[in-house]
Amino acid sequence: MILAKTGNEALAYAMKQINPDVVAAYPITPSTEIVQIFAGYVNDGLVDSEFVAVESEHSAMAACIGSAACGCRTMTATASQGLALMHEMLFIAGGLRLPIVMCVASRSLSSPLNIHGDHSDSIASRDSGWMQFFCETVQEGYDTLIQCIKTAERASLPAICAVDGFILSHCLERIETFEDKAVRDFIGKWKPNWNLLNIKQPILVGPATMQDYYFEFKRAQIEGMNKALSVILDVQAEFKRTFGRGYDVIDEYRCEDAEAVALLMGSACGTMREAVDVLRGEGKKVGMVKLRVFRPLPHSILKESLKRFKTVAVMDRADAVNSYGGPLYTEATSLLYDLPQRPRALSYVYGLGGKEFTPLDAAMVLEQALKGSKDELVTYVGVR
Amino acid sequence: MRKGAKTMAKLKSWRELPCGAIIDDPKAVLENKTGAWRGVRPVWHEDKCIHCLTCWIYCPDAAIIVKDGKMTGINYDYCKGCGICAAVCPPKTHAIDMEKERK
Repeated sequence: MILAKTGNEALAYAMKQINPDVVAAYPITPSTEIVQIFAGYVNDGLVDSEFVAVESEHSAMAACIGSAACGCRTMTATASQGLALMHEMLFIAGGLRLPIVMCVASRSLSSPLNIHGDHSDSIASRDSGWMQFFCETVQEGYDTLIQCIKTAERASLPAICAVDGFILSHCLERIETFEDKAVRDFIGKWKPNWNLLNIKQPILVGPATMQDYYFEFKRAQIEGMNKALSVILDVQAEFKRTFGRGYDVIDEYRCEDAEAVALLMGSACGTMREAVDVLRGEGKKVGMVKLRVFRPLPHSILKESLKRFKTVAVMDRADAVNSYGGPLYTEATSLLYDLPQRPRALSYVYGLGGKEFTPLDAAMVLEQALKGSKDELVTYVGVR
Repeated sequence: MRKGAKTMAKLKSWRELPCGAIIDDPKAVLENKTGAWRGVRPVWHEDKCIHCLTCWIYCPDAAIIVKDGKMTGINYDYCKGCGICAAVCPPKTHAIDMEKERK
């Protein structure tokens, strides 16, 4: 069915079709509507979900962990300070290998206070053991959330499905949705590895471990993330087979003979496509590599893609405040390090706090990348 | 050589661990005797006890020993000295006192 939906509406609609057992959430701009609309579905009896209204995001994630530990398919939504408040709980969900799926309407972090879109929130959670998907469009957000359920449950890892705050969360888009039954058939039923409430097989969840076992448990968790990429690829392929459309972990746009490309994530990829088209019209050999999956970092695929270009402009919608470069820049450059012939890499930080990122800005980045060098180590796009 | 070295051979490799930080052998907790953490210990006065078992309900471990529906003592291998048993013991009964572990 073709519908007009904002990012938040589309994600809430996907949640309705997924019909999770439990949703525990606390509202925060710009993700509030996801939970609000879903609570409406619960009230109207359109889903079977237990909705838990909690007193904070920390409690929301704690409730999600408890629920998932009992074998319930569990979802939530948050953004910005809410994700930051969940921080310690995120690591627990990751360590327990609970496939909680969370919508994030990406937003900046205070201070100063700002409600608009950038990737600071999810990026700050990058080491918590969650898979992270960054979506370019509302359509992609809808599709990705459905994929996340299956991927998370198969990989036994929690997953974040991020749409850029306001840019996607609040903008209306024409999206193609599936029938409820098709979604439910695709995601199937979750068979948890263990269940806290199974009294026939009593277990201890979240034990204290000392020097003799902590590292071994972490090593096992790390292996889960190492293997997650193959699960993502499988689910993407099944999605394409089932629904006739889909996505890859990276998307190369007009890269065939490109000399300079921009590497970035999220809604700004749409802006970048415009700029690539314009410069291509002028005969300039530019392209774009969109990174859709940030955790696990698809390092081999990304390296294989980037190694053939002369210059890669790496664009972060978050800054690491490390006096060096954005998180994606440092990871992209390090994965290129052991190539015998490396592309040059230029670092750009753009769009913090929702600062407008225009096709002209995108074209400037591509032109500089064609030139192959720039004066400053990090360029802060559009900053006065 | 430290005490743990002898048992190293029995420790599981990461590949053998269950998915997620869980212990799938519920008896494993018995091996970790946590009584040494105690700073204060509950002292039970059998003559005052009315066997209401409130302490047994509230004990966050399983350190209140009950036989045939009656309180029979405290398991000092696991009691961490939190003092909840003494606090919930009915005031008129006052069958549990907390005493310093080292005087």
